[in-house]
Amino acid sequence: MNPVDTNPLDAGAPLDPLPGHSSRGRLERVLRRGEFAVTSELNPPDSADPNEVYERASIFEGWVDGINAVDASGANCHMSSVAICALLTRMGYAPILQIACRDKNRIAIQGDILGASAMGVQNILCLTGDGVQAGDQPGAKPVFDLDCMSLLETARSMRDDERFLSGRKITYPPNVFLGAAINPFAPPYDFRPMRLKKKIEAGAQFVQSQYCYDVPMFREYMKRVVDMGLNEQCFIMAGVGPLASAKTARWMRSNVPGVHIPDHIIKRLEGAEKQKAEGKRLCIEIMQEIKEIEGVSGVHVMAYRQEEFVAEIVHDSGVLKGRQPWKREPLADSAIVAERMEELVDEQKQIPAEMAENAASNT
Amino acid sequence: MARLETWTSKLRRTNAKSDFQPANVSPHRRKQRSFTIRLWVVRHARFFEWFYEKFANLFLFLHPFWKAVGYHRAEKPVTFVERQVKGLLFDCRMCGQCALSSTGMSCPMNCPKQLRNGPCGGVRANGNCEVEPDMPCVWVQAWSGASKMQTGTDKIMAVQKPVDQSLRETSSWLRVTAEAAQEKESVKS
Ligand code: SF4
Repeated sequence: MNPVDTNPLDAGAPLDPLPGHSSRGRLERVLRRGEFAVTSELNPPDSADPNEVYERASIFEGWVDGINAVDASGANCHMSSVAICALLTRMGYAPILQIACRDKNRIAIQGDILGASAMGVQNILCLTGDGVQAGDQPGAKPVFDLDCMSLLETARSMRDDERFLSGRKITYPPNVFLGAAINPFAPPYDFRPMRLKKKIEAGAQFVQSQYCYDVPMFREYMKRVVDMGLNEQCFIMAGVGPLASAKTARWMRSNVPGVHIPDHIIKRLEGAEKQKAEGKRLCIEIMQEIKEIEGVSGVHVMAYRQEEFVAEIVHDSGVLKGRQPWKREPLADSAIVAERMEELVDEQKQIPAEMAENAASNT
Repeated sequence: MARLETWTSKLRRTNAKSDFQPANVSPHRRKQRSFTIRLWVVRHARFFEWFYEKFANLFLFLHPFWKAVGYHRAEKPVTFVERQVKGLLFDCRMCGQCALSSTGMSCPMNCPKQLRNGPCGGVRANGNCEVEPDMPCVWVQAWSGASKMQTGTDKIMAVQKPVDQSLRETSSWLRVTAEAAQEKESVKS
């Protein structure tokens, strides 16, 4: 870990501003230093207990540079992404706030951007969002007031021009690192690189891609992106993830919007004895292949319901090249506290009434 | 491949059973006719681009007339005609801020997510929409239309502003004309 990537006074506080950086966060620093970044996705709890968020985040510690807080992905209801980010920043994690246009109109979104930034969120990922039909509440009203492009532009103008969409002045701008999503695996294929260009023009500084299982197709896409010089204007992170089994792969392919899984991948999983292990191995192989593609600045590991494997996958793929991302430092006195706790457990319980009784009977 | 779960089938599964089951469910107003005309227009996007240019010029030429009548008085009949014509050709939703020339003559308001800067990442491999699996994705169509047009591929790269919802159901023909006339005058003076 690079020691400059933590605030020595308070792990939860933003870092010192650096020239050329738009945020005061760790992820931007790692990317701008030219290191291969790793991000992952937190499975949002269906609960109001903050400890569930902390538990789920702690398994990523020391392995990832950023944690995506998903905004009701797949249109399923969970704890809100702003709240998850607010909890995570308290502990010093570097969350990436996802904002989807499906559930909120422009008034709510701009308010969230300001609020999140005030809570210490340094990275925002602008998404259009899946349609409500994909989730557990298909009768909901889809909002889609902005789209990812106009959302990016709105956030950028809030940061750079210090103005709301209406032109009203903001006294202190949200200094955030802006991201977007790309899907090179959906038609119209020849328009996809141009769409990335459009996103960069709208304000995207980094992008995370949809699950990549078709490496040749991704390579083709990246070739065009590099030809257009887009990789110099924006950091491109490829999305990867382990498949639990051939059955889940099939299910994902037909039910999760925008996921493309070629047949040979499913065949390979089906042929394997232990499908889960094979899925992990496949993910590691894809990561190693992606790492070598020109223009790729990092990977985004989405291991839905298999988060405990992220550390192993990142380790085995060797994408970090020995670097260790940020990890919570134990406090100086926490060892003493832990020791005392142990003692307290072992010690005999002192019950005043009993002690008094004993003393009385002894005399 | 496994059977696709559509919006309709999902709602049917989750909603209580009753004798009446609507055929095609969509949270947006959806015209219940096939997309034939809309798709035909996109295939002839080059012609419509040419025609629209001429048409806009004609409207601008009539500017003194609109002014004499009063734009506010012309609005009602023009909006009526516009709704009928564009409704037939493009399945227009009367957003009041037409972007057809930047979207390959494929009306973006027909996208279930109402994207003005599409396509989203959910487009199906066969080029159909994520939300409504039986409809060709509006933005795949837009790209194919734009590649047929003269200025389409440049214009589709412009980032469109969010829709101004307060302009719904107003005439975008008159607005564009009035704006163009104003610009012409300001250049002259
Ligand atoms: S698939 Fe196409 S039509 Fe459907 S929501 Fe996405 S962009 Fe709109």
